[in-house]
Amino acid sequence: MVKSQQTLNQRLLRYGLYAILGVAALVYLMPLWVMLLTSLKDVEEIRSGTLFSLPGSLNFDAWAKAWSGACTGSTCEGIAPFFGNSFKIVIPAVAISTLIGALNGYVLSMWRFRGSELLFGAMLVGCFIPFQVILLPMARMLAMLGLANTVTGLVAVHITYGIAFTTLFFRNFYVGLPKELIAAARLDGAGFFFIFRRIVLPLSTPIIVVCVIWQFTQIWNDFLFGVVFSGGDTQPVTVALNNLVNTSFGGKEYNVDMAAALMAALPTLVVYVLAGKYFVRGLTAGAVKG
Amino acid sequence: MNEQSVPLPASGAARPAARALPDRLADWLPKIVLAPTVVITLVAVYGYMIWTALLSLTNSRILPVWKFIGTEQYTKLFANERWDVAVGNLVLFGGLFILTCLVIGVLMAILLDQKIRAEGALRTIYLYPMAISFIVTGTAWKWLLNPGLGLEKTIREWGFESFSFDWLVNPDMVIYCLVIAAVWQSSGFVMAMFLAGLRGVDQDMVKAAQLDGASMPKIYRRIILPSLKPVFFSAFVILSHIAIKSFDLVMALTGGGPGYASDLPATFMYQHAFTRGQMGLGAASAIVMLGGVLAILVPYLYSELRGKKHG
Repeated sequence: MVKSQQTLNQRLLRYGLYAILGVAALVYLMPLWVMLLTSLKDVEEIRSGTLFSLPGSLNFDAWAKAWSGACTGSTCEGIAPFFGNSFKIVIPAVAISTLIGALNGYVLSMWRFRGSELLFGAMLVGCFIPFQVILLPMARMLAMLGLANTVTGLVAVHITYGIAFTTLFFRNFYVGLPKELIAAARLDGAGFFFIFRRIVLPLSTPIIVVCVIWQFTQIWNDFLFGVVFSGGDTQPVTVALNNLVNTSFGGKEYNVDMAAALMAALPTLVVYVLAGKYFVRGLTAGAVKG
Repeated sequence: MNEQSVPLPASGAARPAARALPDRLADWLPKIVLAPTVVITLVAVYGYMIWTALLSLTNSRILPVWKFIGTEQYTKLFANERWDVAVGNLVLFGGLFILTCLVIGVLMAILLDQKIRAEGALRTIYLYPMAISFIVTGTAWKWLLNPGLGLEKTIREWGFESFSFDWLVNPDMVIYCLVIAAVWQSSGFVMAMFLAGLRGVDQDMVKAAQLDGASMPKIYRRIILPSLKPVFFSAFVILSHIAIKSFDLVMALTGGGPGYASDLPATFMYQHAFTRGQMGLGAASAIVMLGGVLAILVPYLYSELRGKKHG
């Protein structure tokens, strides 16, 4: 549409449009803003002011307490140790599930055999089941293997139920690669792992990023597996945060709650801001499987 | 299925009868690589499902006891008032959550699709809650909805003295608190799905309709929205999946309370199986949840697969 054709009416409509979108953006940002403000106030300011009143001074006491002094159930060491636990769980779980997913996807797209499509379908069920249906046997199994309440056990659980997704990501990506590439390499006598390492893997960067971000977000944000399969000192940060907020010793310190919540949210938010495009791609690929 | 893998050069007819071991190994390599995942899936998905199903037929309490009592746990489950509340809550929560997300998602996607200048930034803002854990979302909204100090107090101090907002501690209204927080978290994602769908709409058809003098609202109603049907369908499946699995949000925002007014099947299962020593009943509730998911998923997958064969 040419600019000179724009009537006053259209211009007003345009302003209205921007106004609606702007207000919506404020609504979405509001909880984050309130959390940040609350975390910077002291208890007295919280009692006397409103959610949106600014703190009198920049006061990071609540952040310090949330990090290293707040009570999370039986201990009062803040969420720092649990933050560490989450990393100890997330890093190996993401790395291993991504690697297995890449190899599975490679087999299921370029080295198909009789029945491989059926196996793929059977694996996908793992993406959809409500996890309640596997919690009880998994708890027994971990206990039998001596992995109950350990970081290793949680890593194993996250890998087990993550590979369905990672396989799906890689398989659907590899199906789209030109077949000739691999056919030519095979005629030249290149083997399974050679083709994977030298030809397929170097082309896989985008899907590796999508997969790693997806897995990182899923596992970092997990609560169900954490609360069921981890104990006292191996809990991930989500479980510790929930304990911190729902532990009631004396007066509630909402500023500490909010600081702890922001800390727990920070890693995935940083990933989202840095790599939002890939995050969205993972969401849609993981959700609307092809 | 139609993409046959290229035959291995090694499997030609002219080769000697006794094949070298490395060759045979190479043939098996893909299967060997896939084997661990197949075993894990068989055990930890299918095996565990059967295990839970069997467990639901026993009277296990704190530990599994393999004494079968038929479908008694299911009878008990359906007679359980707390389960009734949980299922009723899921229907109400799920229905409102899905509907609101779909409406907000479509509207925002359409508004964002008008060649908006700061589209990228706005999209980022609408979608960021999706990156956050439901536990953080629950914690944040628990504070915002706090009856004494949260939004209620803020709006009172803005001059609306009689404003009252105590849903979080009101058994009749607490379920709507879950809806609010869940919509805040997931609606941006639905918007992103619809936006992607809108970008895929056939522009020639839209232009043709414009030339015919059709108004924009009419074009949206008659051409664009109907062509987004698959997106509606996918979004519905994803959202209902999120709703049925909702556990973290309830634990963080309401803890199932006041009383058990905001229990959902997922929290019911957790409490009975892990904290109240009612393993058999918990297993039965898990199997019913699985049935619910399958009831939504099987028709979806069926239509997806059929669509592919025909298309």
